[in-house]
Amino acid sequence: MASSALTKPQMWGLLATHLRFHIIGAFTVALGVAALYKFGVAEPRKKAYADFYRNYDSMKDFEEMRRAGIFQSAK
Amino acid sequence: MAMSDLERAVWSPLGSCARSLAAPVYSQAQDLQTMCHHGPRARGQGKMTPYTDYFAQRSYPMPEEPFCTELSAEQRALKEKEKGSWTQLSHAEKVALYRLQYHETFAEMNRRSSEWKTVVGCVFFFIGFTALLLWWQRVYVFPEKPVTLTDEWKARQLQRILDMKGNPVQGLASRWDYEKKEWRK
Repeated sequence: MASSALTKPQMWGLLATHLRFHIIGAFTVALGVAALYKFGVAEPRKKAYADFYRNYDSMKDFEEMRRAGIFQSAK
Repeated sequence: MAMSDLERAVWSPLGSCARSLAAPVYSQAQDLQTMCHHGPRARGQGKMTPYTDYFAQRSYPMPEEPFCTELSAEQRALKEKEKGSWTQLSHAEKVALYRLQYHETFAEMNRRSSEWKTVVGCVFFFIGFTALLLWWQRVYVFPEKPVTLTDEWKARQLQRILDMKGNPVQGLASRWDYEKKEWRK
């Protein structure tokens, strides 16, 4: 059974390898999640608020609510 | 791979042995049987097998005691031979020595099983049984719904929230079309 030997496993520096792999991975994952959140949640939300308030007439809104009868102090 | 002679001497027998031990191999040589007698120890007189002192797991791989304690004559001769140079040992002898020392190889110890199917099946079974209990509870134990949970009340509540324009930017009132008086598509 004398064929080629197994590949020699890594004998030292295991913690360093582990740390390097996981630190790079952690940075990548964190940046990726942050970028996804910014462009998936934060930017659309800012746009929705800007669009809502661009042509917002608060007196008209108030009149609609008053006519619907929800206020106690303004009928 | 550039290896010195020393490295080759260390790694190649290990490689060949590891490959042969990857599948459970019981030695071919008739005089090196791996019929192992790992009976009770001297200090545990009267203990029944398999309650021996041999304990090995993937996380605790090097037990203090060897697996086989009662050796036949050939096995004792082999242990004597082990005290010399290991390059004198044949492959079958190395495997036999391994089998004397350890109960299972790592490959055997870590083999898959179908236990997970049993576990998942039992989990689902008991979840289903719990569902039956909850159904009975709903029919025979629960009191009447409070008035605030009736459909009529909930409709009036929703209308009031829409009148108040609750969450008009991204929430509930933003999904209601006030001109057409219906939900936005």
